[in-house]
Amino acid sequence: MSVDLEKILRPVDTPMKPYEPKYMLLASGEAVVVRQVERDEIPDLLKHVEPLLHVERDFYDVVAARVYSELLAHYRHRYQDQYVLAVQIDGELAAIVNGRQVTPKLGMSLHTLALRRGLRVGAHAFAAKMEYHIDTLGHDEVLIVAESPIGFRRWMIEYKLEKRFDIPHELGGVPSWALTRELFDRARSSLVVGRRPVPDELLDKAMAAILPPSDPPTPPLDPLAATRSMYDPTATSLMAQRWEMEGRSADA
Amino acid sequence: MRDVYVAGIGITTFTRLEYPLSEIASYASMMALKDAGVTEVDQVYVANMGSPRVNHQTALASAVVDSLSLMPAGAAAIENGPASGASAIKAGFQAVASGMEDVVLVAGVERMREVNNLEATDFVATLTHPLAEYIYGVTLPAHAAMFTRMYMDRYGVTERHLAMVGVKNQNAALNNVWAHLQQEITLEGILDSPEAMTNNPYVAEPLRFFDACPVSDGGAALVLVSEEKARELGRPMIRITGVGQATDTHAVFEREDPTDLLAVRKAAKDAFAMAGLSPSDVDVAELHDAFTILEIVESEEVGFFPKGEGHIALEKGETALGGSIPINVGGGLKGRGHPVGATGVAQAWEIVTQLRGDGEARQVEGARIGFTCNFGGFGNNVVCLTFVRED
Repeated sequence: MSVDLEKILRPVDTPMKPYEPKYMLLASGEAVVVRQVERDEIPDLLKHVEPLLHVERDFYDVVAARVYSELLAHYRHRYQDQYVLAVQIDGELAAIVNGRQVTPKLGMSLHTLALRRGLRVGAHAFAAKMEYHIDTLGHDEVLIVAESPIGFRRWMIEYKLEKRFDIPHELGGVPSWALTRELFDRARSSLVVGRRPVPDELLDKAMAAILPPSDPPTPPLDPLAATRSMYDPTATSLMAQRWEMEGRSADA
Repeated sequence: MRDVYVAGIGITTFTRLEYPLSEIASYASMMALKDAGVTEVDQVYVANMGSPRVNHQTALASAVVDSLSLMPAGAAAIENGPASGASAIKAGFQAVASGMEDVVLVAGVERMREVNNLEATDFVATLTHPLAEYIYGVTLPAHAAMFTRMYMDRYGVTERHLAMVGVKNQNAALNNVWAHLQQEITLEGILDSPEAMTNNPYVAEPLRFFDACPVSDGGAALVLVSEEKARELGRPMIRITGVGQATDTHAVFEREDPTDLLAVRKAAKDAFAMAGLSPSDVDVAELHDAFTILEIVESEEVGFFPKGEGHIALEKGETALGGSIPINVGGGLKGRGHPVGATGVAQAWEIVTQLRGDGEARQVEGARIGFTCNFGGFGNNVVCLTFVRED
């Protein structure tokens, strides 16, 4: 008699209320839509996350690797009670946030991955995630950690999170912090924005396709490369450059 | 007194630069030396405000000279707060004008992002009066906010005017590949939309996030030469025609009227007098917009507009590219960034770029006369310069 191992390995997801999409304007004047991503859309996200595994700055590599594994596990039914929200600008992917429900009263934030920077896209995405936990799912608190200093400033400091250091977080087993309902209510007026319902035109564009980010984070370049290339295209030393200007060769 | 010309200019990208200070200054300097076509200099001045405190490095000019193999040139660092850059240009000008030197390299450099924002803010705040201001926790954003509130009450400047300066300058930086901020912003996004208060929160009311310049690393450099040397080098003849510097009380509260920036007024007046020019002669200007309010007020104090009418000129587009007096067309401090010791030199870099006609998308058509205002302290030490293209 054969045993259907898949029935054993696949977690049974708890039904969770869907996230109601919202939209907002960024400082650039662009409208962004935040919406829940269905399981069958995950492959579209994965191909935009994968390049970030190679971005060795601001912990993009660590976060992208973990997000990739979480999304893939979600897609392949190996992660229980996970949800994924996407932030899109004209269909273009600007951020991904995900988390999970631990119990009906406790949420766990997983990751916030911003693919557009400098416009608080990540901060807006995180706020939407907390809104989903507290307002939609009815969690009393959400366990949170940060992998990067930017994340620490955005979550722990801006939301004034409480310590839950006795609870190891699923991300790396590090001590948890918590956003309580009370903290979220205090932050609501200054950090949580968005309008509903989303106009059909905006939502249709977001739902039609998850387009690749036009300006994703890239591996760090030499920021002085532009200056250097003005006079040092061969990457020789300053002294060699000076000799060249003087009409001398390096062999002289 | 001999005439002094800018024969070469150089700059680095303004951003976060994880390089030694002397290397940043050296790259900008090499660019300027190559631009000028010189390999030897008589004197080097390096403008910097924070290296001993922020970068744990002193004797910066010696390091730069060594990095560039410019020995045995004379070398000295100049620290004069945020006006260090133009103060170093003034020193270089004096050296050439006096006949003491023929070729002077002036470099400005700062690496502020080595420390976090709190430490960077504290470091800049050390320029305030130690007993009357600093010990009470005053920072430059706080100073600027109090100043702005008074100016709003007195002259009718609104938060919209401030945001208009921010949008103008940050978006101008999109035409400057060396600028720190390469992100378009709109009035709707930072002021008018329901999300604006979150996108653009108050930093020190009434100043918001987009009213302040970014904290930047970067370097800029000029090569100053005598007329004889300039003609020998064959570069465009850009002459520094006016130099004005003035001071005001260290503590802002001691001023009879804090909304009057008397040091700006006098430095500009002296620079224009020395050059035999008036403000209306200027084709393009660089004003020290560390905070958006400062561009509006400086545009009045230097004489471009009557007192209290800078914001009206702004509304009419007079200060934008294509206006009667384009200001900060390369982004200003707001868009280009503000590595404090480099800023005064970077302002001159932009003006020389304009007068050479190399401004590309941000070029002011037919620009021949340029002006810079480098604002130190909270208006207690100001250097203004005028530049004229002669050929």
